[in-house]
Amino acid sequence: MDQHIAETAGYHDEQWHSHGHQKESFVTKYIFSQDHKTIAKQFLITGMFWAVVGGALSSVFRLQLGYPDMSLEWLRPILGGWITETGQLDPEFYLAMITMHGTIMVFFVLTAGLSGTFSNFLIPLQIGARDMASGFLNMLSYWFFFASSVVMLISFFLETGPASGGWVIYPPLSALPQAMQGSQGGMTLWLVSMAIFIVSSLLGSINYITTIINLRTKGMTFTRLPLTIWAFFLTAVIGVLSFPVLFSAALLLIFDRSFGTSFYLSDIYIAGEALSHQGGSAILFQHLFWFLGHPEVYIVMLPGLGITSEIIATNSRKPIFGYRAMIGSLLAISVLSFIVWAHHMFVTGMNPFLGSIFMILTLIIAVPSAVKVFNYLATLWRANIRFTPGMLFSIGLVSFFISGGLTGIYLGNSAIDIQLHDTYFIVAHFHLVMGAASFFGMLAGVYHWFPKMFGRMMDAKLGYIHFWLTFVGVYLIFFPMHYIGIAGFPRRYYSWTNFDVFNSFTDLNIFVTIAAIAVMASQFIFLFNFFYSMFKGRVAPANPWKSNTLEWTTPIRPEHGNWPGTIPNVYRWPYDYSKPGAEDDFIPQNVPFSQTLESNFPHENDLIGLEKEEEGIVIDENETH
Amino acid sequence: MFEVAIGLGVILVLVILLLLFRVQSLLNVARGSDKKIESTSNRVNGALMLLFFIAAMIAFFWYSISAYDDYSLPVASDHGILTDKMFWITTIITGIVFVLAHALLFYFSFRYQYKESNKALFYPDNHKLEIAWTIIPAIVLTLLVGYGLKVWTQITADPPSEAEVVEVMGYQFAWRVRYPGKDGELGDYDYQLIDAVNEFGMDFTDKDSFDDFVPSEIHVPKGQPVLLKIRARDVLHSVFLPHFRVKMDAVPGMPTRFWFVPNKSTEEMRQETGNPDFNYEMACTEICGRGHFSMRLILVVDEPEDYKKWYDSQEPFLSQNPSYLSKVPEKLLDLASIASGIDNKN
Ligand code: HEM
Ligand SMILES: [Cu+2]
Ligand SMILES: [Cu+2]
Repeated sequence: MDQHIAETAGYHDEQWHSHGHQKESFVTKYIFSQDHKTIAKQFLITGMFWAVVGGALSSVFRLQLGYPDMSLEWLRPILGGWITETGQLDPEFYLAMITMHGTIMVFFVLTAGLSGTFSNFLIPLQIGARDMASGFLNMLSYWFFFASSVVMLISFFLETGPASGGWVIYPPLSALPQAMQGSQGGMTLWLVSMAIFIVSSLLGSINYITTIINLRTKGMTFTRLPLTIWAFFLTAVIGVLSFPVLFSAALLLIFDRSFGTSFYLSDIYIAGEALSHQGGSAILFQHLFWFLGHPEVYIVMLPGLGITSEIIATNSRKPIFGYRAMIGSLLAISVLSFIVWAHHMFVTGMNPFLGSIFMILTLIIAVPSAVKVFNYLATLWRANIRFTPGMLFSIGLVSFFISGGLTGIYLGNSAIDIQLHDTYFIVAHFHLVMGAASFFGMLAGVYHWFPKMFGRMMDAKLGYIHFWLTFVGVYLIFFPMHYIGIAGFPRRYYSWTNFDVFNSFTDLNIFVTIAAIAVMASQFIFLFNFFYSMFKGRVAPANPWKSNTLEWTTPIRPEHGNWPGTIPNVYRWPYDYSKPGAEDDFIPQNVPFSQTLESNFPHENDLIGLEKEEEGIVIDENETH
Repeated sequence: MFEVAIGLGVILVLVILLLLFRVQSLLNVARGSDKKIESTSNRVNGALMLLFFIAAMIAFFWYSISAYDDYSLPVASDHGILTDKMFWITTIITGIVFVLAHALLFYFSFRYQYKESNKALFYPDNHKLEIAWTIIPAIVLTLLVGYGLKVWTQITADPPSEAEVVEVMGYQFAWRVRYPGKDGELGDYDYQLIDAVNEFGMDFTDKDSFDDFVPSEIHVPKGQPVLLKIRARDVLHSVFLPHFRVKMDAVPGMPTRFWFVPNKSTEEMRQETGNPDFNYEMACTEICGRGHFSMRLILVVDEPEDYKKWYDSQEPFLSQNPSYLSKVPEKLLDLASIASGIDNKN
């Protein structure tokens, strides 16, 4: 069945051979490439660029928060008029920076940069496919992302600045150009950029889903898929279902902004003038936005969880504990992620009864999340752990997921959320559970699959230093924010000195700022390691981590088409690590049970007969062609 | 000149680091130590896991306890006592999980680091265990939800009919408040009627508006339910009264509300905090533009008698701005003069 589709899609093995040797031009190989591995690298590099921009923004606004009186005159060459005469940051530009920081981090780095990189890179390699179902759409997906990046970048250079209404762009603030400068051209470009981004995301997701359903190699059943693939699959499904809603929300906002409609606007008097809009609902936008927005946090999170599952199992030399429970919890999280959105809106004046329902649903989603954590812990129990940089970052992810997940229990409780909503407690919560955790998933993935991407190893010692500085640093940045939040400090504040009640914690805020800049600086260790190793790193062995999954059966530098000969068949799940009786502590997925008689369980011995039959069928099929 | 020297220095340091890095990695390859798994690095990383856990826990408990007075805000409302209690119950439960889960994570990482002689345990699942750790969190969460629901329903229940009504209106970038005056009824409003003076858009064809007054601070009586009727006239804002654990968005076109019972007067809070200048403050917690961080309004909690005195001494908007009498329909003019007290003044 799978074989058939592969053939009709033009991926017949023999055809492939001649194709693989064809000379490609620079443009088709590196720029408008349709090869999933190249596209993955394009997403990765673009994502890294955006991470540096987003991080730099956070350093600047952290300076403002830590040292509100500091002269930022030295930024004038870059920021120009956004530095006031007195050498301070302009308050509106402060808002523009946090808005861009949030947008960039959530969408460009942790959606496109994370899913785009690893779904593209790993799906074909781990399920045993030549490429994505449609290489062309895949290429378009990247270039739409690129276009949306360019549009967003241009918005930085507008006279009136980029969008500044927060990454959630709630109208009426975002709808009314007279409300703030950022709601003028900057907001238009934000909406255009996001519309293009959504196209890119949909093209990518549809491709991932199709590829996973149709192009799995022989024997790669859904219950033999690595957890990475399960995570990417569900991420893509969530994306396909939720991004269109953001698209429509954005579209209606565009109408309100430019064509005088009143979807979100009603009874507004601004800048000395009563507007004619009536009957719209500002809250409608929030429902639409969070219908995407909440699933979005899982779009950001699930790939990291998938990557970590794979890396933790490999480096623990132990099967992932509760493989089926892990899939089950991923599924549960995916479904539930669609019915909890209004927990972001407990204090919007929504009907309190609705609030109760969303509170119950939100706390239910904590259960599958808890199950995942326990399964990670059980995997580490009596393991034989190798601390590769990838493994360290995975352990870091689990730690952040615990810390940030637990504060979710406060926020899901609507009564407690009254006080904590829109304070620094939220900032602490989502940076740990979504920001830092997914970021660590991404870094873990880069360290782990770098040898497959570039055929060379990254330097492990630099990786260790990078990890410890970042791990400790992230806690030093975000843990203190909990206390600041409990004390009531609101988020998106340019300064707190206007209020007696918020005029404390100056030392702690300085401390956080120093930590933030230190973390930002330590990322250059990673950047150096990444680019240096790309050209000068030690050449990678074929299977550097002694891993079971199929990508390590390809040549060290796989060509277009991934496997030079036939695609290996799959006979077992990906987690046969340290199997009793086996000589090595790992048995790759493409090793049939007939070759591992010494370590088979009784029910696996029964499968040997089946293996033989299936091989027979393959030969038959090849002959009839 | 100075900058150039610094620049050169930085470059020099970077070059030296780069060389050191190169030498070290070549040495590793020569020694073959990069192939060994049970290496010093592995042991160091394992040890650091444990060290990190211990240091982080010490810092966590030390700061949480020693800075308690800095980060805990005194509470001044009845329902705030309930939500604070729930906050701390949640903190105890999640705190236990937080410490235990991290203890296991870091201890396992340390304890089960790679040993050549060891083999990991092939342990793919254990259904009993998995069911247990699905059900236990489910039960704990159910209890928390049940408790939360109870408090939430109480807080959001309909306000008692005798509640003091105060209208709060947010705009870029300040708060304004309006009181119903002697008749106890807020007059109608219409955003089309807003101008530079009539910031609320009070509708003077409605006789309930005549005695409404618009003071520059909020006053509320201690021990009595207070109903905030909240609206915004340009963009979203959000009323935040940190000491009262009150937060509710202000939405243009959609009035919202929040009621609470303040239980400590400003004077009492001054004594409690030992700060003679203490004032309750209202802030905005929904991004609303340039001045979002400066929407401050002082709220005063009076003893009920003082509140009554203050209330009775306030001058209605109409009497402060008699020119708006022109908006009052002919047949209500007399009533307007009486209700707003313009008559008495003359
Ligand atoms: C160097 C690391 C980072 C630092 C120091 C940092 C710091 C901050 C701070 C202080 C704020 C709040 C600003 C305010 O409310 O005034 C903020 C907002 C935000 N950050 Fe980060 N952040 C970092 C990384 C990330 C990452 C990795 C993500 C990815 C999810 C992220 C997502 C966001 C979002 C969504 C917001 C909200 C923006 C808004 O209020 O509209 N940040 N960040
Ligand atoms: Cu959510
Ligand atoms: Cu505001």
